[in-house]
Amino acid sequence: MIFQGKQKIWSDYQKEIPDDHWFYVRSCIRQGFFPGSEVAFLDICRNKLEKDFFETEHHTTCGGIAYHAEALPQETMMTIIARQFALMGEHGYKNYVCSCITSFGLYTEVLEDWRTFPDLEAKIREHLWKSCRRELTKPEYLAHASDIIYKFRNEIAARAKHRLVNKFTGEPLRVVEHIGCHYSKMFPSKGVGGAEYPYVLAGMIDSWAGEVIDYPERRHCCGFGFRQYLVKANRGYSMSNTYKKFESMEPYKPDMIITNCPGCPYFMDRWQYVIAEQTGKTYGENGYGIPVFTYEEVAGLVLGYDPWDLGLQLHQVAVEPLLDKMGIKYNKKDKYKGKGGKLLQMPEFPMNIKCC
Amino acid sequence: MIDFGYSLTPSSTIEIDDADLSLFDELCALEPDAIKCMSCGSCAASCTAGVFTDVNLRKVLLCLQRGQQEDVLPQLKSCMLCGKCYIVCPRGINTRHLILSICKIYNI
Repeated sequence: MIFQGKQKIWSDYQKEIPDDHWFYVRSCIRQGFFPGSEVAFLDICRNKLEKDFFETEHHTTCGGIAYHAEALPQETMMTIIARQFALMGEHGYKNYVCSCITSFGLYTEVLEDWRTFPDLEAKIREHLWKSCRRELTKPEYLAHASDIIYKFRNEIAARAKHRLVNKFTGEPLRVVEHIGCHYSKMFPSKGVGGAEYPYVLAGMIDSWAGEVIDYPERRHCCGFGFRQYLVKANRGYSMSNTYKKFESMEPYKPDMIITNCPGCPYFMDRWQYVIAEQTGKTYGENGYGIPVFTYEEVAGLVLGYDPWDLGLQLHQVAVEPLLDKMGIKYNKKDKYKGKGGKLLQMPEFPMNIKCC
Repeated sequence: MIDFGYSLTPSSTIEIDDADLSLFDELCALEPDAIKCMSCGSCAASCTAGVFTDVNLRKVLLCLQRGQQEDVLPQLKSCMLCGKCYIVCPRGINTRHLILSICKIYNI
């Protein structure tokens, strides 16, 4: 295939991402799982890239967890989302960016449903007015927060204090990228690279000098699955998915995993502990496991943020071996200190997977 | 080991590259019909012995193709060689002869 032909095909998979003026909504579960990520994202966008990102304390959950668990009817979920969009309109914004992949999937689904069924949209407008006295404003542009970091990946690379390079060998770090299923598997045209060639995280890795690993189960789900993990007895299904991915990536010796979904980094991180405790099997080098990061955490590390300000002490798998490889300095004593310098509680150490 | 109240489900992935297919290759050389099977299940549906035992020729052939013979070969001990499966096979495979060849090669 000639180069121009490839360029033309690839252009069909691109996504237009506006430069500035975004209405930002947070994720319910990310604030608990990875509390430093959203703070780092806003700090990078506002203070490093000097962009306008507005958020309001009045926004709520998108209703995704309850909707996917069949605890919430579709019309209720749509009314919640209509209220979020109304808040955006009230503050004078047209570009809507969300932190959560589940929300992103739900927002795209709802907008597509309203486009296909205008009667349904009219009904939701009525629900919104009756319940909140608000007017629905549909966003002109919808993005996931990883799209923003992807768009500015080269600007971040230009300001980089550390790169995804092993300082001991000089070789690029071997990085597994894992895209959340609801990012582009549901509506391929809404994600960078579509469902076939998702490039949103691979683009960041390329720009920050890492090496993307291709492995057989690269596009397999992490196993998060609301119905799988909500019921304790079903969690084996969730863990088996993660196990399948780790077994598949293990021969390629990844240094780290980078993800753009709330559930993927959490479960790929925590299931490594459970697998180690149940089977004795650990992945990665020297029994430490493979550290799993959100894209904001990696962007923060690249830009020289303090690892403990990014919340990396909340990871199950130790991040210190990777920080050493990247040449990032950190104070071990500060790992479990809160903002005021007070020592927080120390976690109990697991039996089979090593921690620092 | 900690009991979390849930556990890993064994993967159903079949590693064809790792499977020892030497006996199946030998079978195919003797009985080229072994690779003509399209797993329609007519043989299993019409099998008299299958009503009372777990014999299932479709499953046996599928597992032999995947190198998983250990699990299924004992099934063939229940076959009465009545030949009903031969009559119904849409691919015209001489199933009775095929079963005898499997028994010979796999030493059942």
